[in-house]
Amino acid sequence: MSSNKDSIGRTVIVALVLCVVCSVVVSAAAVMLRPMQQFNMDQDRKSNILRAAGIVDPSKTVDELFEQITTRIVDLRTGQFTEEFIPEAENFRRAAGDPSMSRSLSRGEDVASIKRQPMLMPVYIVEANDGSIEKLILPVHGYGLWSTMFGFLALEGDLNTVAGLGFYEHAETPGLGGEIDNPSWRASWVGKQIFAEGQKDNPALRVVRGAVDTSERGAEHRIDGLAGATLTANGVTNMIQFWLGESGFGPFLANLRAASDMDASELVEQDADADVLEVDEV
Amino acid sequence: MSNTKEIVITPLFKNNPIALQVLGVCSALAVTTNMNNAVVMTLAVVAVAALSGMFISIIRNQIPSNIRIIVQMTIIASLVIVVDQVLKAVVYDVSKQLSVFVGLIITNCIILGRAEAFAMKNPPIPSFIDGVGNGLGYGVVLLFVAFFRELFGAGTLFGYEILPLVTNGGWYYSNGMMLLPPSAFFLIGIMIWLIRTKYPEQVEKPDFVIAPNTRKEAV
Repeated sequence: MSSNKDSIGRTVIVALVLCVVCSVVVSAAAVMLRPMQQFNMDQDRKSNILRAAGIVDPSKTVDELFEQITTRIVDLRTGQFTEEFIPEAENFRRAAGDPSMSRSLSRGEDVASIKRQPMLMPVYIVEANDGSIEKLILPVHGYGLWSTMFGFLALEGDLNTVAGLGFYEHAETPGLGGEIDNPSWRASWVGKQIFAEGQKDNPALRVVRGAVDTSERGAEHRIDGLAGATLTANGVTNMIQFWLGESGFGPFLANLRAASDMDASELVEQDADADVLEVDEV
Repeated sequence: MSNTKEIVITPLFKNNPIALQVLGVCSALAVTTNMNNAVVMTLAVVAVAALSGMFISIIRNQIPSNIRIIVQMTIIASLVIVVDQVLKAVVYDVSKQLSVFVGLIITNCIILGRAEAFAMKNPPIPSFIDGVGNGLGYGVVLLFVAFFRELFGAGTLFGYEILPLVTNGGWYYSNGMMLLPPSAFFLIGIMIWLIRTKYPEQVEKPDFVIAPNTRKEAV
């Protein structure tokens, strides 16, 4: 224990050397592991999209399954696909913070409590062999009880029937609101109708309290509630109302419907499950 | 090193950082909802505790005493960032669930406590072993708590179904409270009780002795 160790010069040198060494170690780790992390995030996103669409095949890798999916970017203002693929738009969460790529929502409009909405959103399409849409997977998010829930909603080719729903990020109470991840609850979404007949502007689908009486009229628009998680369920309902309504993908869906009406014969009932596992040529 | 075994074993039960020293309880509540998280968190804490102990011990004779806590924190923080990055690269799913709690290992009192109490005074290898022991001591509690929380809260262990849930067509009604933080308090309390029954010398003397009531109530 020499007093030399505690001199000012010595203190500064030790602090400096330590900082340099530590920062080199930390940045080296961050840089070297970056590709692996990016890969993981990509895989995670892809597997979430596939899961929402109900495309599961343990014998194939995520990338193989994802080959059948086309990613397009939609401009929510016009409801049209953008001419070119804009890679920045895929990360819509970053875009929501960028004033040039997003807009702030007024209170009345912001039913899903997301504050800012990106103007460009990615959509994921499973195409049938004839080029028509077999499944359309939309990214959706909205505020639950504790924080924003991020998920994907998959629609059948009629753009009305739910093919699946999956959340990939949320912080709802495990066992209560967290049951939005429950496979049997998620399965109850499959086959439900988003829009009521003749009302294509307003989504009719909602999560109710308690169980849905299937004999009742309109049961195809209702989802069983989650016991003890009314606020989370309301959040899910608001999210659906917002993203499938006028400010969300509503105009885009209307455009797609108009386009497919011209080609109505193509839209006969599609077999939801049979073709899915085959990798289509995209 | 005849006492190597002792350095590893004593923190597990006799001198457990959570049960006796009551350190690091905060994260023990948060990451014990299932076994997977608890195992990964244990490994992360063992790695940080052992390596930080070793590095701090290596330079213990160089560290100026007036900035020693900052030096220790810098080393611990760097190691935690590295561990966090590795988890994100290797076990992405688990790291997403552990989220902020890996970062919060920095503030885990066990690690700074052992750095200050042991690594500053002992050579590198015993310090490393001491870190492993204390990390595992923390891990034992995590695993104990996580075992009961996952089993009774979700009916599974490591994600495999043990008690089939009513919601999945089985017979077990899951106990939702087990998945919420308060249940960890009860479980840690029960564990401390059990350990102190085995080692009665751990029982602290009460800070205050309650005096007998001398006042008569008004009639």
